[in-house]
Amino acid sequence: MSIDRRAFLAKSFGGFAAGTTLAAGEAQALTLARPDKVASPDAVGILYDSTLCVGCKACVAACKAANGAPAVVPATLADWNQGEWDSAEDLDGRTLNVIKAYVNGTREVKDRETDGFAFVKRHCLHCIDPSCVSVCPVSAMQKHPVSGIVTNDKDACMGCRYCSYACPFGVPQFDLTQAYGRINKCEMCGHLQAKGGIPACCDVCPTGASLFGKLTDLQKEAETRISLPAGTPHDFPRGRLGGDRPANPGQTANYLKKVYGEKDAGGTQLRYIAGVPFDKLGLPNLPNHSFAATAEGIQHTIYKWFAAPVVLFAGLLALTYRSTRKGNGGAGGDAPHSSEKS
Amino acid sequence: MHDAHVQPRPLGGRILTVPVAILTVLTLVGFYYIAKRYFFGIGAVANVNPGYPWGIWVAFDVIVGPAIGCGGFAMALLTYVLNQGKYHPIMRPALLGGLFGYTLAGVAVMIDLGRYFNSMNLLLPWHLNTNSIMLETALCVMAYVAVLWIEFSPAFLERFGLSKLRKTLERFMFVIIALGVLLPTMHQSALGTILAVNESKLSPLWWTQLLPVLYLISAVAMGYSVVAFEATLVSRGFRLKSELPLLSSIGRIILWLVVAFMFIRIGVIVLNGNLGLAFESTRAALLFWVETFLFGAAIVLLSTDRLRRTERYIFLSACALLLGGTFYRLDSYLLVYTGSPGWRYFPSVPELMITIGLVSLHVLLFILFCKLLPVLSNPPRQAAEAHAS
Amino acid sequence: MLLASLLRANGSHSLPATESTIGGMNRREFAKFCAGVAATMGLPQAAGLRMAEAAATQARPPVIWLHGQECTGCTESLLRAEHPTLESLILDLISLEYHETLCAGAGHQAEAHKQKIMQENKGKYILVTEGGTPTKDNGIFCKVGGKTQVEQVREAAEGAAAIIAIGSCASWGGIQSADPNPTGAKPTQDIVPGKVVVNIPGCPPNPYNFISTVLYLLTFNKPPELDEKNRPKFAYGRLIHENCERRPHFDAGRFALEFGDLGHRQGWCLYKIGCKGPETSANCPAIGFGDVGFGSWPVGTGHPCFGCTEKGTAFHKPIHSLATVKTLTPPTAFPTVEGAKGWPADPAAVAILAGIGGALVGAGAVAASRMRGTPADDDDTSHPKS
Repeated sequence: MSIDRRAFLAKSFGGFAAGTTLAAGEAQALTLARPDKVASPDAVGILYDSTLCVGCKACVAACKAANGAPAVVPATLADWNQGEWDSAEDLDGRTLNVIKAYVNGTREVKDRETDGFAFVKRHCLHCIDPSCVSVCPVSAMQKHPVSGIVTNDKDACMGCRYCSYACPFGVPQFDLTQAYGRINKCEMCGHLQAKGGIPACCDVCPTGASLFGKLTDLQKEAETRISLPAGTPHDFPRGRLGGDRPANPGQTANYLKKVYGEKDAGGTQLRYIAGVPFDKLGLPNLPNHSFAATAEGIQHTIYKWFAAPVVLFAGLLALTYRSTRKGNGGAGGDAPHSSEKS
Repeated sequence: MHDAHVQPRPLGGRILTVPVAILTVLTLVGFYYIAKRYFFGIGAVANVNPGYPWGIWVAFDVIVGPAIGCGGFAMALLTYVLNQGKYHPIMRPALLGGLFGYTLAGVAVMIDLGRYFNSMNLLLPWHLNTNSIMLETALCVMAYVAVLWIEFSPAFLERFGLSKLRKTLERFMFVIIALGVLLPTMHQSALGTILAVNESKLSPLWWTQLLPVLYLISAVAMGYSVVAFEATLVSRGFRLKSELPLLSSIGRIILWLVVAFMFIRIGVIVLNGNLGLAFESTRAALLFWVETFLFGAAIVLLSTDRLRRTERYIFLSACALLLGGTFYRLDSYLLVYTGSPGWRYFPSVPELMITIGLVSLHVLLFILFCKLLPVLSNPPRQAAEAHAS
Repeated sequence: MLLASLLRANGSHSLPATESTIGGMNRREFAKFCAGVAATMGLPQAAGLRMAEAAATQARPPVIWLHGQECTGCTESLLRAEHPTLESLILDLISLEYHETLCAGAGHQAEAHKQKIMQENKGKYILVTEGGTPTKDNGIFCKVGGKTQVEQVREAAEGAAAIIAIGSCASWGGIQSADPNPTGAKPTQDIVPGKVVVNIPGCPPNPYNFISTVLYLLTFNKPPELDEKNRPKFAYGRLIHENCERRPHFDAGRFALEFGDLGHRQGWCLYKIGCKGPETSANCPAIGFGDVGFGSWPVGTGHPCFGCTEKGTAFHKPIHSLATVKTLTPPTAFPTVEGAKGWPADPAAVAILAGIGGALVGAGAVAASRMRGTPADDDDTSHPKS
C-alpha cells in the first residue's frame, strides 16, 4: 500500500523535473563507484537453510563455547535470569551468532509468511567486498585473500565502531559492557579451521541447516534445493558439504527462488535460502553492488593522485601569501598591522 | 567613525560570574560521568547499542561540533583567501570558537572511542587504510586542531609580550592559514563521504554520491552563520559595539551558499525520483521538511538588502541556518539512520550530561579566553558612543 | 462365567451411604482418585466429585473389548495400573463383559455372552478395540469365532454408545500397517467410518489416559474434547518436546550423538539420535509409566521417543531419523526479528532535551526581540534598540 502511494507521489512530484523512471535510471547510472571485488576461487562459506532450522540454538551454544564468549542477559530479562541462561536478543559484543524467529499472526505453520513463523541465524555474512574492511581507519578489519574470512585485530582496533555503523547487516559489535571492550564478530571459527575443523555452528547443527563448504559448491547446492519442487526427497548434507557424515534425509521445502547473498551487496560468503521473504528475516533488501565500492569510488575520485588537495593547497598558499604580505588590510597573521595602531 | 582596525584586547572584569559558576557545575557533572565511562565502559553511561553504534557523542559532539566550529575556517577563507581585510575584527573570536569546537570534538572522540588506547595506530603507517574516509577525517582534524592553536597563538604571544616569537611566526603564518583552509575543506567534505557507505541505511532524501559537496557547502554556511551569531551575541553580551556592517556583507555570501545547497540537494532527490519519499508519513519525511523549512527561512531572511542590514534578521537567519545545518547532520548521522531491525536509541541522561558538560566547557573557556586574552577588538559601546558624539 | 463375575466379591457398591470399599479403596481414597483423574484431564475439582458420584451410583456400563492384530501390550499395561487397580476398574467402574484375554469363559460360550450383552444393552455399552484390523483378502488374517475382525468390529460398533480404540494399532494401524502392510491392516476408525472413535494411541498407551477417558464418558455421557486425530486433548494436547525433562539440553544445544557417549550418559537431549518427541503429542513426560516415579518413560530411561502416539511416525519413520520439530509457536525465549530492543526514551532525558530546546528557542526569541528590527544606518551602527 505504501509502495503504491510512494510510487504515485514519486510520479506526481518527481515527474515535473524529468520523466520519472528514465531520469531515475540515468541518475543512478552516473556512479563514481569502482568495480566490485570478486570472491577468491577458494573462498569458504556457510549455507544457511532456514527451512531446515528447527530453532534448537545448538549453534548459538556451540559458538559461545568455541569462541569463549560469556552469556548475555539483556537488562529487560535481568529480573528473572541472573546470568544462568544465555538469552541474547541480537548480535552484540558477546554474541557472535544468534537464532531469531520471524513470527506472524497465529504462528501456525513453519516457513509461511502469513500466520506462520521461521527461524533465521544471524552472524557475519563475510561479504565479498565488505564495507567494514573498507571503512576501518587502522586496518583492524581484514579479509583473508584466500578463504575470504573477515577478521578483526583487537590490537589494531581503536573502537570507533565505524564498522558496526557501516555494516549493512549490523554485524561487527563492540562489547560496550567493559571498560576495555573490543569488536567481536564471527570469524568463521578460523582457529578451528586451522586445525582441520569446521565452524562450530555447522559442526553441531543437527539438521544441516548450517552447512560449511566451498563457496562455489554451496551455491550449487543452494540452487539445486530451490530448483526442486516442494516435497522432493533430498539428502541434506550435514557438517561439511562433501564430508563423510550421514546426510539428513528429508524433503525440500517451498523455497523462495532466490539465494540471498549471491549478489546482494556485491555478494556474501554466508548464503541464505528460506521460505519467507528475506527482509522479514531481518536481511535487508540490498542492491546488487558493494557499498564499499561506492564509498571508495567517491573518495578516490576526489583524491586521485592526491592532485586536488595539492593544487588547492598551492593556490591557497599563493592567495594567503598575497593577502598577508601586501597589506590590503588583512596582513600580519590573524591580527591587523601593529603599525596601524600605536 | 567606525574603525575596523581596533587592536584586540582582553575584556578583563570579574572572572567568577553567575554564568561562569553554572557552566563550571555543568562541566563537573559531565566530567563525573566521563570518569564513570572510563572505569565501567561506554555501556555504563550511554544508550548506544548494537543497533545504533553511534549516538549523540558522534552525531552531535563530533559531527555537529566541528561544523559549528567552522567559523574560523569560513572567516579565514574570507579574510585571507578572498582578501577581505575588513572582516579582520571578527577573525579572532571566530578562530576561538573553532578552536574549542574542534578541540572538544577531539575530546568527545576520545570518550567515544572504545579502544582509545589504540588511537596512536592512526599515526603508524603500517596500520593505515587509505580506503578509509574515517582515516582522512581523523588525520585532517588532528592536523587542523594544531593549525587552529597556531593560528590563535598570537593572542597568547601578545598577552605575554613575546613579540619576537610572534614576528617569527608571522613570517610563516601564510602557510598555516593556507592549511587552515585546506584541511577543513578536506575533512568537512569527508564528514559527508563517511556516510557514502550507508546507501542502504540512510534515506535517499539524504544519501547521494554528492554528500561530500553538500557537507562542505553547509559547513561553510554554518561557519559564516556562527560568526554572525556569535558576533551579534558577543557584542550584546559584553556590551560592545555592533559589527553589523560586516555581518550584512557576510549575509549575502551565506544566501548564495544556502541557495546552492538547496538546489543541489533537492535537485538530486528529484532527479533520482525520490521526492515521493518526502510525502510519506515517516520520521524521515518530517525531518526533511524541518530542515527544508529552516534552510528556506534562512534564504527568505537574507533575501533582500534591507533584511540583510537589519540586525534582528541577520541574527534570526544565522539561527535558522545553524539549526538547519545541525539537523542536517544529526538527521543523516543518527535520526534517520536505519539501525538493525527492532533496535531503538534515545540518549541516556549520563550520555546527555557528558555532551552538555563538553558544550559548557566550550562556552566557559570562550568566556574566560575573551576576558583574559586579546580576542575581541570591538570598542566598548559607551566609548564608541562617546567617540561618535 | 466371566472373570468379572468370578472376581466380584462385594455386591454392593453404593458409595455415599456405606463404608464399603471400591477396588480396595475406601470412600475418601476413591474420591481422591477421581479428583486425581479430573486433574489429569485438566478438569475442575468439582468434576472429580461428579466422577466419584457417577462411578459409585450409576449402573456400570457394559464394556466389550475386541482384540485384533496386536500384542496385548495395551491390556498388559492396563493390568499394571495401580490407582485404581484393574479389578476395581472392571468390577466397580465398568462391567467388563467380554475381553478375549481376561475372559474366564471361552469359545462359543463367550461369543454367545457377547451377543447377549450387545442385544440387551444396545446403545449403552462401550466398545474398546485393541489392535489393527486386517482388510486384505477379505480380512481373513484375523478371525474369532469364524468371523473376521472387520465383521466383529462392525457388528459391535453398531450398538455401541462409544467406541474407544486403545493402542497405536487400533488408532493408526500399528506395526502391521508398516510398509508393505501385507495384511492391509487398518485402524478402527477406517472400519467404521461414520462413527466417532476415541483414539487412545500409544504402544502401549498410558493406562491412566484410558481410565480417565472411560470415567469422563461415564460421568458426562460424551467423549472428552478431542483433537483433529480424535485423541483426547487432555492427554495428547501437547508435544512430548514441550514437557520433556531433557528439553533444556535441546535449548542449550547439548545432544547425545550416539548411544553410550558422554552426552547420552549425561542425560542430554536425544533429538540427534532420532527422538520423535518434537513431532509427537502425548503426556508421557508428565505422568510416566508403571507408577514408579519420575523419569519412567522412554526418553527418561535414555531411549529416544519413537512417536507411537503420532500417526505416521512410529513404525513408519526410522528410529534414527530426525523428527520434524513441530513447534506449535516459537517459544517466547526466541528473540524476534523486529522485536523492540534497547532502552526506551528516559523521561528525564526527554525533559533535559526539551528543556535545552525550549531554552534555546526562548533565548533566541528574547535576543531577537531586543535587536533592531529596522536596517541600521551606516552612521548609527552602534545603537541597538533596547
